[in-house]
Amino acid sequence: MNFHDLFANFPALTITGLEQGAIYALVALGYTLVYGVLRLINFAHSEVFMVGTFTALWTWEALGYDQNSPAPAFGPLILAILAGLAVAMLASAATAVTVELVAYRPLRRRNAPPLAFLITAIGASFVLSESFGIGTARAPFGMPVLIPSETVFTVFGAAVTNLQLLILGVTLIMMIGLDQFVNRSRLGRGIRAVAQDADTAALMGVNKNRVILLVFVLGGLMAGVAALLWNVRYGYTKFNVGFLIGLKAFSAAVLGGIGNLRGALLGGLLLGVVENYAAGLFGGDWKDFTGFVLLIVLLMFRPTGLLGESLGRARA
Amino acid sequence: MTATSDKRRMSALRNRWDAMPKQVRWAGLIALVLFLYILPNKWFYEYLGFPIGSEYFAFYTTRSDFAAVLFDTAVFVLLAVGLNVVVGFAGLLDLGYFGFYAVGAYTVALLTSPESRFGTNWPWLAAVPVAILVAMVSGVILGGPTLRLRGDYLAIVTLGFAEMIRLYAARNEGILQGQRGIPAVPHPPGTGSDGKPLFGVVDSKPYYWLILTVIIVIIFAMRNLANSRVGRAWVAIREDEDAAEIMGVPTFKFKLWAFAIGAAVGGLSGALFAGKQTFINSDSFLLENSILVLAAVILGGAGNIKGAIVGGAITWYLPEWLRGIGGLIGVDFDAAEYRILVFGLVVIVMMIFRPQGLVPNRRRAAEFADRRKEVVPQETVPNE
Repeated sequence: MNFHDLFANFPALTITGLEQGAIYALVALGYTLVYGVLRLINFAHSEVFMVGTFTALWTWEALGYDQNSPAPAFGPLILAILAGLAVAMLASAATAVTVELVAYRPLRRRNAPPLAFLITAIGASFVLSESFGIGTARAPFGMPVLIPSETVFTVFGAAVTNLQLLILGVTLIMMIGLDQFVNRSRLGRGIRAVAQDADTAALMGVNKNRVILLVFVLGGLMAGVAALLWNVRYGYTKFNVGFLIGLKAFSAAVLGGIGNLRGALLGGLLLGVVENYAAGLFGGDWKDFTGFVLLIVLLMFRPTGLLGESLGRARA
Repeated sequence: MTATSDKRRMSALRNRWDAMPKQVRWAGLIALVLFLYILPNKWFYEYLGFPIGSEYFAFYTTRSDFAAVLFDTAVFVLLAVGLNVVVGFAGLLDLGYFGFYAVGAYTVALLTSPESRFGTNWPWLAAVPVAILVAMVSGVILGGPTLRLRGDYLAIVTLGFAEMIRLYAARNEGILQGQRGIPAVPHPPGTGSDGKPLFGVVDSKPYYWLILTVIIVIIFAMRNLANSRVGRAWVAIREDEDAAEIMGVPTFKFKLWAFAIGAAVGGLSGALFAGKQTFINSDSFLLENSILVLAAVILGGAGNIKGAIVGGAITWYLPEWLRGIGGLIGVDFDAAEYRILVFGLVVIVMMIFRPQGLVPNRRRAAEFADRRKEVVPQETVPNE
């Protein structure tokens, strides 16, 4: 127990926590959307994120950036970021859709029990991460430093960097955009209808399979954004990079209330912050434990999460 | 077409086996067990007429010590039999089964090793029951909060549990001694006829025989368990939890039992592993092994002990054997490298086309077929 460290670094830990939590939140959206509609923990979603990190890296390499190249000027930088973002989002969405079409849809057609879905999900997750692991010789890959970290301003003595602002800003924009899409658009109404009652929605003319596909696409897009932010901030990737992120993002989704979009954001940020406080308090060894312990404690006392679980009940 | 006739042939074979007189079946089983006991002996192959050097055509794995491979396979089969209780009997998904294996192994190592911080220096045999108990208790702690909820939370909690144990073991320098691990775990007791210790460092055969014996005992226990009141409760829970609850089956209690019994078997195999290995660190408990055990159970046929055995043998022994064959024809192909990828694909394909597994439990196969039939009318109605 190191209270001194915790209090001395409180503002810095909070800011780092928010930044990490934002990435958890973006990944958590994918879990929450799929869970809300299909009642399925999509284990392969962590690999959807991993695919995004690799494809963004490859895009940058194709554009001629490597680990030693100097930080580009503003114009090429924007181009590189946008190209990486577009490719990562598309690749992640394509991965998510492939998993749905190849693995889950045949099971739904056969009315398989929930256990079969979970087993398939874990199988898909390992197939994806292993094929990348074998393809990349299980080596970690460094990224070009596109945006060097610079302190923009300080709050209570804690430096806030441009990267942290970028991550939080992008996350909030994506979050608001997704929330509006689900709550206001016609397609979003379809999602909520299927989440509420799939059979009735089908009777009312909602194309269930298309809605499910859309949910996977949305989750994949969000994971792609998270992957780009991860690349810019942490500067490395590996075939199993998705595992811990996925586990924490799922914990975040349950924390906020699984199936609840705003809950995913709240849960992600909260988890990131709490995790960093725990690291300050008990030491870095315990950091990865915190999310997990938090998940178990939460399941004991408030299994529906902080904001309650509902994609369907969000707004009728 | 071929698949159906294949299936029919397999079930015909099973029917014929089941229809045989009890004495014949017992004799067959005893012959099989005897065969498994003499499998690692060199004289056995000479007796069969395989000249030493071409014995790998039969069962030998040339790239690694055959008895050691057999031991690892047997550990794997024991794990598969234990996980089968959780996944196959009760229908709960436990993705972190290797976590309990790690708990068992570390408990033994901490209690027995002179290098551990505990300094208890127990003999190996005394630590085994404690390891089983600790694994069981950790199963109850993990299952308690999660089993009350939907079953699918259990999957993620167990997955996290196994990985957290490994991460903690890798980083914690205090008790578990990080990457350095805990050395000098004592072997099981016993003295051979030549006065030397029965369980040494070089020869893996005694360990294989020990674990084979343990497996046989566990299998008998599991069979009785499956046919008991508890086993029937598990089947009821697996088929329809709500219906079981309404009929008066205390579902939470029995789910927790399944989970705890599975964890105990996992702890036992961890203890056996620690006794042979004499050295434990976090690298022994990689997450992908949890997935391999699950793949073994699914592949073999969840809910059927025979299936779990077949699956366990396929997932561990087959890649090693293929490696030997590959070396023989001059291909340096490490099948173990692709193991997870291949079994991941196999699991996906199996869930779609043969969810009941290679050697299915009949009741469970019927459940799958039933569910599949239920959906047919819905699909055909719009076409009419």
